[in-house]
Amino acid sequence: MSASDLQALLPLMILGGTALAVMLAAAFHQGHGTAVGVTLAGLVATFASLFRVAPQRVGELLAVDSYALFFFGLIVAVALVVTGFSHGYLSRFHLKPEEYYMLLVLATLGSCILAASTHFASFFLGLELLSVSLYVMIGYVFRRTTSMEAAVKFLILAAASSAFLLFGMALLYAELGSMSFERLADGLQEGVAVRKTAVISGIVLMLTGIGFKLAVVPFHWWTPDIYQGAPAPVGGFVATASKGAMVALLFRFFGDFSAYHGSTVFTVFSVVAVASMTAGNLLALRQGNLKRILAYSSIAHLGYVLVAFLAGGDRAIEAATFYITVYAIATLAAFGLLAALSTRDGEPELLDDFTGLAWQRPWLALVLAATLLSLIGLPLTGGFWGKFLIIAAGVKSGLWVLVVLLALNSALGLYYYLRILIAACQNTGTPSSLPAVGRCGSMLLGVLSLLTLALGVYPAPLLQLVRSLVTAGGP
Amino acid sequence: MMLLWVILIPLLGGLLAGLAGRHARWVALAAMLLDGAVAIAAWMQASGEGRWVLSFEREWIPAAGVRLYLAVDGFSFPLVLLTVFLGILSVLVSWKGITERVAFFHFNLLWVLAGTLGVFLALDLLAFFFFWELMVIPMFLLIALWGHEHRSYAAIKFFLFTQASGLLMLVSIVGLYALNGHATGNYTFRYDDLLGNGIAGRAAFWLMLGLFVAFAVKLPAFPFHPWLADAHTEAPTAGSVILAGLLLKTGAYGLVRFVVPLFPQAAADFAPVAMTMGVAGVLYGAMLAFAQTDFKRLVAYTSVSHMGFVLLGVFAWNAQAVQGVLMQMICHGVSTGALFIIAGALQDRMHTRDLEKMGGLWSLTPRLAGFGLLFALASLGLPGLGNFIGEFLVLVGSFQVDRTLTILASLTLAASAVYSLRLVQRAFHGVPRERWQVADLGPREMAVMVVLAAAIVWLGLMPQPVFKMSEDAVERMLDTGRPVEGGGP
Repeated sequence: MSASDLQALLPLMILGGTALAVMLAAAFHQGHGTAVGVTLAGLVATFASLFRVAPQRVGELLAVDSYALFFFGLIVAVALVVTGFSHGYLSRFHLKPEEYYMLLVLATLGSCILAASTHFASFFLGLELLSVSLYVMIGYVFRRTTSMEAAVKFLILAAASSAFLLFGMALLYAELGSMSFERLADGLQEGVAVRKTAVISGIVLMLTGIGFKLAVVPFHWWTPDIYQGAPAPVGGFVATASKGAMVALLFRFFGDFSAYHGSTVFTVFSVVAVASMTAGNLLALRQGNLKRILAYSSIAHLGYVLVAFLAGGDRAIEAATFYITVYAIATLAAFGLLAALSTRDGEPELLDDFTGLAWQRPWLALVLAATLLSLIGLPLTGGFWGKFLIIAAGVKSGLWVLVVLLALNSALGLYYYLRILIAACQNTGTPSSLPAVGRCGSMLLGVLSLLTLALGVYPAPLLQLVRSLVTAGGP
Repeated sequence: MMLLWVILIPLLGGLLAGLAGRHARWVALAAMLLDGAVAIAAWMQASGEGRWVLSFEREWIPAAGVRLYLAVDGFSFPLVLLTVFLGILSVLVSWKGITERVAFFHFNLLWVLAGTLGVFLALDLLAFFFFWELMVIPMFLLIALWGHEHRSYAAIKFFLFTQASGLLMLVSIVGLYALNGHATGNYTFRYDDLLGNGIAGRAAFWLMLGLFVAFAVKLPAFPFHPWLADAHTEAPTAGSVILAGLLLKTGAYGLVRFVVPLFPQAAADFAPVAMTMGVAGVLYGAMLAFAQTDFKRLVAYTSVSHMGFVLLGVFAWNAQAVQGVLMQMICHGVSTGALFIIAGALQDRMHTRDLEKMGGLWSLTPRLAGFGLLFALASLGLPGLGNFIGEFLVLVGSFQVDRTLTILASLTLAASAVYSLRLVQRAFHGVPRERWQVADLGPREMAVMVVLAAAIVWLGLMPQPVFKMSEDAVERMLDTGRPVEGGGP
């Protein structure tokens, strides 16, 4: 391994070091503040190191190219925000929170490895690093039964899906004789084209593992319970970083999906995409719990991302990356709002808790509105351009049916987001029962909402960044 | 640059009003007055040759090929003026009626107006769509926060209808962009470059349909009208004025500006269906209006009827019809706006909109009732008032295209007389059914009413300036919107 390889791995090494440092700090200088401080310092250092890395491949396992670097940046930024929200959230409990931050950093490391992996080994390593950390994080507030229940559910299902994934990898390896994505690519396309059973079943089994992490239908069953049960900051991490990393991997593994157009695999993915959009939106319609609405709607959102993925071509990866980014900003704001408004007894997750918010707490209502409007995809929010790019990518590849279904589904999605807004707009005349938001929380919420709005008015810089890093240096 | 300011002033004014607390009313009023001055000054200065009298173009999102391209011609300028005019009046009529969250109310009001101005000015299709959607959220909030009893229901219904159709429009716009780009190698949303696109056949039909549905929902054309009555009835007075006076017009504008010129052949093939929908709306709206007992609901359904004429005229696509459509849009904005202001004034005083409970108001509030009669007469199309010119021209224009439908549509002249006079009779004539103690119009309300009355009379007696202003633009659009070589119905 050369010096330049080491330099390319710098972000990952700093993350690993941060995890160690948090652990050691807990041994020598216990305290919530110390843990948060070390974590923040480590994450900021990681983020800064991204600018010093010259994109290159590192051995056969990892590719720290500009594509990976973009996702590193996204994931680390998400981790920073989650750390900020976690501080306020966990300080309400009599828990020892040090380990939590170590796990968060490890989960971040796992996500980054996923985004950079070019080999089954690194793929699986990253996935497990992420999953195992999440098992504990989801159940961290263990006195709350929902949290514990969510953790156990996630553990069992994630382990099962990993098994499927491994089996799929094994089949592909047995058939094609390689574990490196690059060398697999041709064999995969050829195998799919001539309908080789082993290859197709291998891909479909891998889809089980990937689909589980993305929470697309029919691998979505865990989502509502985990979103509801997990502590809100962890929910935010699951919804954004872990899904974002998986999307990055999806593009790296399959490359330009237009090579598969017309094949069985294409049909399978299309069915998954349509089912996710439709089921996610339909199931969200009747929910009265904000976190469950977010869960079901995230299923739909990942369905939209799959449409971009299916489109293939140079626009696909750009659309999906942009979408994931704006979706991450909005979703983090939503979970952050819940985290910031939580008390020791729980989070204000019912629709009723938000009734009259616009009259009692106008600023919080504005944050909520910006977030929801971005998730709907209305102009002046980043979500609009995200949806536009996906539609443009789909239309360009001629996926008219998928695009029209996407449009109709988004219309369906309006209803449940609007229900939240309408509830917030109702004037109950009673003072708010929600607790005050801490300084750190309100600052983060402000930044996230402003980012959403700024991207809505002028998305060109982000789009340019995505294009120069992701499309140009992409897989 | 001036054109950009026409949109920016209400946007910035809205922000300022949102922060201005109890001075919001003055800020909003000043912003709209200034906006009007800028718009008129821009028009006076302009000496543009060619299609646009005035235009403004900048890169917006180069990576996606989106440009901030604004332009105005003789067809859109009257609508810009109408927007500013009704905007000023909306601020004035909310002076007393809105007492809660005044600042936020005016923020929303000005942003709806900014969105509407953007719709009339933007000629990059994606920028157009951006403004199109921008109108929706503040309007939704106006209904949901300051509306009457069933506001939540009405607001959701309004949002779902417009948004669902808007998404289809987005698919159509992107589809047009992709297909045109594929054929010519020029990936652009610019209106001028997309005119004369060679898309034909089924693709053109479906793209046209996507746009048509979005505009038809906003118009609203039968059978896409169910959102209208609820939204108009439940909205606060200023909201109803803007809905009826401006938002409906954006649908009509879209049909004239985009649907027909971009897809001449497809539109010509579709014309019989669209014209039938128009006539169905004309008659059905009149019928429903006749059956209402709620003042605002009645007026709302008359809009369905009047907008049916617009649909009929657009798809007749000749000079008289399109001129008539423009006239109908302006006059309907003025007269229906006025009727909603009267309804709002009554609601403020009597806390009811139920015609069954009114009656005999003429003796109590002669001024209010007098204006009520005037605008009801305008609404039924009395010669000498603006609406007559619009409807008459539409009928003349469409008669050359389809006689049967035109004759059917003209039946409504009788029906509209019945519902308008019924409205006047129930509300103002007879003996009071309850002991009302209501004040007549105050000076501020009188001023608003006098201006509106002057406008409708002027448009009725001297419509020529409007025709002169729009003549060129209409002629150009007619040319581009004509299918080549004997196609069409």
